[in-house]
Amino acid sequence: MAKRIGKQSVKFDKSISIKSTAATVGPKEGEGPLGKYFDVVLEDILAGEKSWEKAESKIVSNNMKLAVEKSKIGMDKIDYILAGDLLNQGSGSNYGVRDFNIPFFGLYGACSTFGESMCLGGILIESGAAENVLVGASSHFCAAEKQFRFPLDLGTQRPLTTTWTVTGDGAAVLSNEDNSPYITAITTGKMVDLGITDANNMGAAMAPAAAQAICSNFKDFDITPDYYDLIITGDLGKVGMELTTKLLKEEGYDISKNFTDCGVEIFDPVSQDTHAGGSGCACSATVFSSYFYEKVKRGELKRILFVPTGALMSSTSVQQGESIPGIAHAAVIENKRGNN
Amino acid sequence: MNKKSKQEYQKMVEKASPNSNLILDCIKAFVIGGLICCIGQVITNLFEYYGFSQNDLGIYTSSVLIFIASFMTGMGWYSKLGKFAGAGSVVPITGFSNSITSPAIEFKKEGYILGVGAKIFIIAGPVILYGILTSMAVGIIYYILK
Repeated sequence: MAKRIGKQSVKFDKSISIKSTAATVGPKEGEGPLGKYFDVVLEDILAGEKSWEKAESKIVSNNMKLAVEKSKIGMDKIDYILAGDLLNQGSGSNYGVRDFNIPFFGLYGACSTFGESMCLGGILIESGAAENVLVGASSHFCAAEKQFRFPLDLGTQRPLTTTWTVTGDGAAVLSNEDNSPYITAITTGKMVDLGITDANNMGAAMAPAAAQAICSNFKDFDITPDYYDLIITGDLGKVGMELTTKLLKEEGYDISKNFTDCGVEIFDPVSQDTHAGGSGCACSATVFSSYFYEKVKRGELKRILFVPTGALMSSTSVQQGESIPGIAHAAVIENKRGNN
Repeated sequence: MNKKSKQEYQKMVEKASPNSNLILDCIKAFVIGGLICCIGQVITNLFEYYGFSQNDLGIYTSSVLIFIASFMTGMGWYSKLGKFAGAGSVVPITGFSNSITSPAIEFKKEGYILGVGAKIFIIAGPVILYGILTSMAVGIIYYILK
């Protein structure tokens, strides 16, 4: 059975295999530095639908089917779907999986949702409640802008600390089969709020949560940063990455040598004008499900700490002057089991 | 991490967050804003040249500028101009036009009543409300002093 380690972590006993992954992205992401790694790059941000919201659900549906297809497990063997997105009431995922006829848990962890779904999927398999779990997270740039910010055609300037919401969906099939790579442990994040109220600086709002989760992972397992080949956060962007590095340095951990962020990797800030980086549920979900998954599977990275990060505000809470709490969920993903 | 004081963290954030170039942005806003006003002046002069009455010149010029900005918004050009010019394209009447056209386009998918109808003034609404309130207040003061 799973063993609880320290205050926030769990070590899995069974094999929690990431059998397959799939990543579908929008045109802009396809033009970015990681473009060639994604399974599907859409030419049309509307994906042939009439609205951005419908497009997001279609992307979810198609990409999840693709992940299952790649796993060769068969849709009828999937015991649960765990998925979430940024839209109100999780409608991107709800409508995306409505025809699947599979037990479904809708999740909301803002941009940390992919991490949340992986952690919970691992727990479901470890507990024996499921053999195969389909997990995923999605976001859509236009739909997110519409819900959280301004109309797209409004002529405004975006501050340099803002990030660009990734359009796409990342999905993974978790299974109790013995197939590399594996989720071997998780560290569940806590809500951390250091009083940031600027919704245009989400990296700063999430950095303390990321640092807290990473720090707890080190402490719970009594390890140092070099235990991992790479520590990969979700969508902190340039500003959040710098802050997380500093916060962890104050705690006595130097992660500057093996630390990266999906938001920093996915876009080229100069040619793509994305400012601090990429963000949104799909940011960590698509980058992990393509680029990093393959690297761990091939053994180029033997052990990573994958830490999707989320800023848990609503447009109402921001208008009411509330500060923005962050959260980060960490999953230890390894090429081989039993390394530790 | 929770032990760190919010003030300390705020200082760290300010240090880590890049600021936009204020002087360059001011110059861009000045040039583009000025250019829009010059175009307005040209339109006014043209109307005057073709013999329109002095009293109506302002209204005709505004209408033309509003149309041009709405058209540019629909074509997706105004957001690009706004990104470059900042306040330079927000402050003139063209910016006001853009702030009404852009939600109208965005919320069309929710229908003409609850979408376009309800959301069209989502950006411009505060300007209209407080503009009217301020002019009422000024009107009352003017009436008393007069």
